[in-house]
Amino acid sequence: MSFFYHFGKYLLFLKGMFSKPEKLSVYIDRTITEMNNIGVGSLAIVVIIAVFQGAVTTLQIAYQLISPLIAKPVIGSIVSDSSMLELAPTITCLVLAGKVGSHIASEIGTMRVSEQIDALEVMGINSSGYLVLPKIVAGLLMIPLLVVISIFLSNLGGIIAGEASGILTSEEYLQGARESFLPYNLFFALVKAFTYAFIITSVSAFQGYTTNGGALEVGASSTKAVVYSAVAILFSDYLLAQLML
Amino acid sequence: MIELIDVRKSFDGVEVLKGISTKFETGKVNLVIGSSGHGKSVMMKCMVGLLNPSSGNVFYDDRDFTNLEYSKLREVRKEIGMLFQGTALFDSLTVEENVEFTLNMFTDMTKAERRDRVDFCLEQVDMAGINSKFPAEISGGMKKRVGIARAIALDIKYLFCDEPNSGLDPVTSRLIDELLKQITEEFNITTIINTHDMKTVFDIGDDVIFIHKGSNEWSGKVKDIKGSGNEMLTNFIKASFFD
Ligand SMILES: Nc1ncnc2c1ncn2[C@@H]1O[C@H](COP(=O)(O)OP(=O)(O)O)[C@@H](O)[C@H]1O
Ligand SMILES: [Mg+2]
Repeated sequence: MSFFYHFGKYLLFLKGMFSKPEKLSVYIDRTITEMNNIGVGSLAIVVIIAVFQGAVTTLQIAYQLISPLIAKPVIGSIVSDSSMLELAPTITCLVLAGKVGSHIASEIGTMRVSEQIDALEVMGINSSGYLVLPKIVAGLLMIPLLVVISIFLSNLGGIIAGEASGILTSEEYLQGARESFLPYNLFFALVKAFTYAFIITSVSAFQGYTTNGGALEVGASSTKAVVYSAVAILFSDYLLAQLML
Repeated sequence: MIELIDVRKSFDGVEVLKGISTKFETGKVNLVIGSSGHGKSVMMKCMVGLLNPSSGNVFYDDRDFTNLEYSKLREVRKEIGMLFQGTALFDSLTVEENVEFTLNMFTDMTKAERRDRVDFCLEQVDMAGINSKFPAEISGGMKKRVGIARAIALDIKYLFCDEPNSGLDPVTSRLIDELLKQITEEFNITTIINTHDMKTVFDIGDDVIFIHKGSNEWSGKVKDIKGSGNEMLTNFIKASFFD
């Protein structure tokens, strides 16, 4: 019951964001700032994760496919496919749920408990629209971009690991990756990225916005933001795989 | 002028405001006094629309604030300035950006015009020259002043202050009090101040309403407060002084 109550409140929260913007230019400025926070601010961690994820997957696939009957490029095709379909979008976004999600929840939560949100409301500003909408739009624009970068770099990691360990050459890797590449898989990865981006930004903003109390509760909201976003990501991951594959 | 008619507010069945009716006059410092937890903040939040009263009406110069459509409500809100207990300055913005906030949002002023207005407001509160500081870099008293500057940035008609002296030393408290009185008279606005500081009451108060357990226990002029004959009020005043 409690789940439906909170889910209902979440939907009302999303609906409440939409009203005529007080001033469009202010919203555009805020969106650009948030794009910088979310996108540029997360680039380093995304790069590191993607390269290692690709490298480790390559070593692991090679370890599992020891049969000499299997051609080397197959390793490249498995690594590139699983990176695109699952690992790059999902792992990247789970990490972003931790980094971006906790930041959004604590920022908005602090504004709630220090009455900054009340101050916006008294001024006649739609506080959820002003605070949250730019973050969601920025997330929808930047997170898919980060996922594309992550897909690209995980293949790079795979190639490096293949060469460094002598398992397969970069030509063999790329041959395999090219042969199995389907544009639909990239589309699927982007659908996931958009879905996750919306989940991370909106769920975390909701947790922050509905914070009640003081500094302790801001911490609790931040934790909840990460946990709920992560669970929602995994759940929608399953749902999208079921629907689209 | 602001008028409350039988304003009630309950939380989970507990009535916190028990039917308050009163008037706050233009150009005066109207004080709302009473002990902690007796409903002063809830009343103020009902007046500015942060809480919806369970029943009753709030009129801003004959506009029924509780039943206005969204666009009209916004118009009234632009005429309202509020100083929050913890100042509620936007801590990611500089002092200048805080004061400029509503100008940027609601007016078509150019950057230069906004700057002039920000400087004017900061001068009013004696805080000229700290434009580029962040709220975390200034003292509590300075934050209150910047909060006042932000509240008066648009041409407001109504100024609300929730415990403007809380957390301030006595000297700074008196300065803030004087500032609020001066702004009220200079701009001829309706100022409403929640306080339990009796020094404020006698220094700058014009009209007073005494809230006790969610009811309007007494209201009148400051000069009549000592001879009110109201037991609760007399006790409240006695408790505030050592003699
Ligand atoms: N949002 C709320 N939910 C439930 N109870 C509240 C809420 N806000 C205030 N109250 C209760 O209303 C009463 C009056 O509080 P308040 O107006 O803050 O007192 P004060 O006169 O000190 O400003 C208190 O008992 C408080 O617990
Ligand atoms: Mg209070």
